[in-house]
Amino acid sequence: MNAAVSDTVDQVQSVEKYKYGFVTDIEADQAPKGLNEDIIRFISAKKEEPEWLLEWRLKAYAHWLTMEEPDWPKVNYPPIDYQDSYYYSAPKSSEDGPDSLDDVDPELLETYEKLGIPLHEQEVLAGVKNVAVDAVFDSVSVATTFKDALAKEGVIFCPISEAVKEHPELVKQYLGSVVPYSDNYFATLNSAVFTDGSFVYIPKGVACPMELSTYFRINASNTGQFERTLIIADEGSHVSYLEGCTAPMRDENQLHAAVVELVVLDDADIKYSTVQNWYPGDENGVGGIYNFVTKRAACRGKNSKVSWTQVETGSAITWKYPSCILQGDNSVGEFYSVAITNNYQQADTGTKMIHLGKNTSSRIISKGISAGKSQSTYRGLVKMMPKAEGSRNYTQCDSLLIGKECGAHTVPYIESRNKSAKVEHEATTSKIGDDQLFYCRQRGISEEEAVALIVNGFCREVMQELPMEFAVEAQKLVGISLEGSVG
Amino acid sequence: MLEIKNLHAKVGDTEILKGLDLTIEAGKVHAIMGPNGAGKSTLSYVLSGRDGYEVTEGSVLYKGKNLLEMEPEVRAGEGVFLAFQYPVEIPGVSTMNFLKAAVNSVRKYRGESEFDAMDFLKFVREQTKILNIDDDMLKRAVNVGFSGGEKKRAEVLQMAVLSPAFAVLDETDSGLDVDALRIVGEGVTALRSPERSMLVITHYQRLLDYIVPDVVHVLADGKIVDTGDKNLAIELEKNGYANYVEAAA
Ligand SMILES: Nc1ncnc2c1ncn2[C@@H]1O[C@H](COP(=O)(O)OP(=O)(O)O)[C@@H](O)[C@H]1O
Ligand SMILES: [Mg+2]
Repeated sequence: MNAAVSDTVDQVQSVEKYKYGFVTDIEADQAPKGLNEDIIRFISAKKEEPEWLLEWRLKAYAHWLTMEEPDWPKVNYPPIDYQDSYYYSAPKSSEDGPDSLDDVDPELLETYEKLGIPLHEQEVLAGVKNVAVDAVFDSVSVATTFKDALAKEGVIFCPISEAVKEHPELVKQYLGSVVPYSDNYFATLNSAVFTDGSFVYIPKGVACPMELSTYFRINASNTGQFERTLIIADEGSHVSYLEGCTAPMRDENQLHAAVVELVVLDDADIKYSTVQNWYPGDENGVGGIYNFVTKRAACRGKNSKVSWTQVETGSAITWKYPSCILQGDNSVGEFYSVAITNNYQQADTGTKMIHLGKNTSSRIISKGISAGKSQSTYRGLVKMMPKAEGSRNYTQCDSLLIGKECGAHTVPYIESRNKSAKVEHEATTSKIGDDQLFYCRQRGISEEEAVALIVNGFCREVMQELPMEFAVEAQKLVGISLEGSVG
Repeated sequence: MLEIKNLHAKVGDTEILKGLDLTIEAGKVHAIMGPNGAGKSTLSYVLSGRDGYEVTEGSVLYKGKNLLEMEPEVRAGEGVFLAFQYPVEIPGVSTMNFLKAAVNSVRKYRGESEFDAMDFLKFVREQTKILNIDDDMLKRAVNVGFSGGEKKRAEVLQMAVLSPAFAVLDETDSGLDVDALRIVGEGVTALRSPERSMLVITHYQRLLDYIVPDVVHVLADGKIVDTGDKNLAIELEKNGYANYVEAAA
């Protein structure tokens, strides 16, 4: 085969591997490249923000300039040039934000259709539970479905930029209350330049009538995505929320530095699920998203509960630790995680459970799968504070290795300042057995399908925590992300 | 159906099969008996294509095709089935899901339509009833926490749903009590048909009371050293393998 032909074949193959790798050709409204106060003013003006928010952004920016990028995660990447990126990119057609789904640019609708995300409310199949979707494209939210149906229950589900205008009192009260603007390098950067994201408020005593979800899509090149999500579950309310992410294939690395804040009051609960499938780079480690994300939940009320479930298959580098601050008595925090790395991907992920209140409990189930030349680290902190009388934690970390060139690491930190608190930790490392693969193949199952089956079995405890509507998709993703990992 | 000629195979540096000849006609059930370490399981792995079992000489024709050059999953698609002596555990994968993945894979290979979940459930339930298997087993992870008898019954269930043309049963009787032996034996016998050949590997004669073989072979030191009808198995039970082992050595 000559070089040109094999090039083409390679390209076609890699397109099949990451089927979300296409680019939408759409006219974009971009801020000039680079980062400075003027850019922040530009973003704030574009969004017609109130003065207090602009000041908050500028305060964050000034603080960020004094900070240094963290070097403690077990990940390697060349220095990021923060001036070589665009911090605002919006499809032109959505300048003023669509009033209804009919106003959404057809090109965008088509993009989301290709991604398998329904933005047509009427197309929901009979018998399937509805899912309300907020679609964030580069820096802005382009559509939110089922807003009216939700409003009837008093549920607010909208882009955060819209919430700033329509519900300023809620945003002002809670924004930065869980992740302060000075929290860490990437969260602080996000506070300065965040562009959009979802806002959810569930009123007292309301069980949200449908799944809420946000799909994040990076499209423009050289653009960072900095979304900010804020969910407030008022007393006695319940909500299940899911986020999904994809990006085109590009040779450059793109930065995604998001912040998610959850606030849970008395007797309320939030189930937050993530299926993260950002472009992971190619099999030589070129390109891919840097996914540096801060997610934190404040269980402020008694008997409040947060359950984080994440299936992390994409990104060149993942750096995230969805955490729970268990402040209310009897509050519960859960973290269920599947992190898959293949080729040259690196993941440093885990959770922090901070037990402040009495009889608080937390449960951590982490499943790391490493293949190719990838590196996967579980990093977790369980902290029992002096007043956390009778609190408990259970942690289970399992690693599965595929091949000989990858690595799995477990770094659990435990800090107990209360004698009555109980902390349990279990960890295992295993390999996919040749005997398992042969057994499957003898039954007619191909090697790749066998790997997907065995890995899905390994992750079952986590996968079964995902909302039904997304479990099948996530299972398929496990198979796709491990393609080419054996043989 | 199957024609093995002068088969030599090694594991690592050790030659285990040393010139084995065996022909099985369609619809026939052959039994292979032999002392421990004779190479019975090795033969089953060579026929199913396991890595690490290297054929150094000889040939295997299956339905007129060269079996040895096919990948394991292709052999399965072509109708080769192995009931393992030691079935493998797959944690977290329900037996039902595993069966469905397997059946749909071979159906796809054979150009048949894949089952949807409902049809498949019905199809499997018919088989579990025949084999006296509690449907609860379908929800449990593949072989995880199964008793010896459950593992062997699950193997026969897999054979039933995959509908092979040629099945090798490697010591499917080991670890079974008398009742389980009868159920498994009758289950296998129910699967006999003019289109289906079987190679039943066993150490003891008792399984052959339920699965009555057309031909019995003795395997010792990597070769077939004797062939007869079902009475040969009864003789072996009486006299043991000592004569063969001495002769082969
Ligand atoms: N994976 C292996 N590595 C090394 N030796 C093996 C392996 N498998 C089988 N053997 C050897 O091959 C011989 C035949 O084994 P096997 O086929 O299992 O016999 P049987 O099933 O008749 O008891 C034995 O001596 C055994 O120790
Ligand atoms: Mg054996």
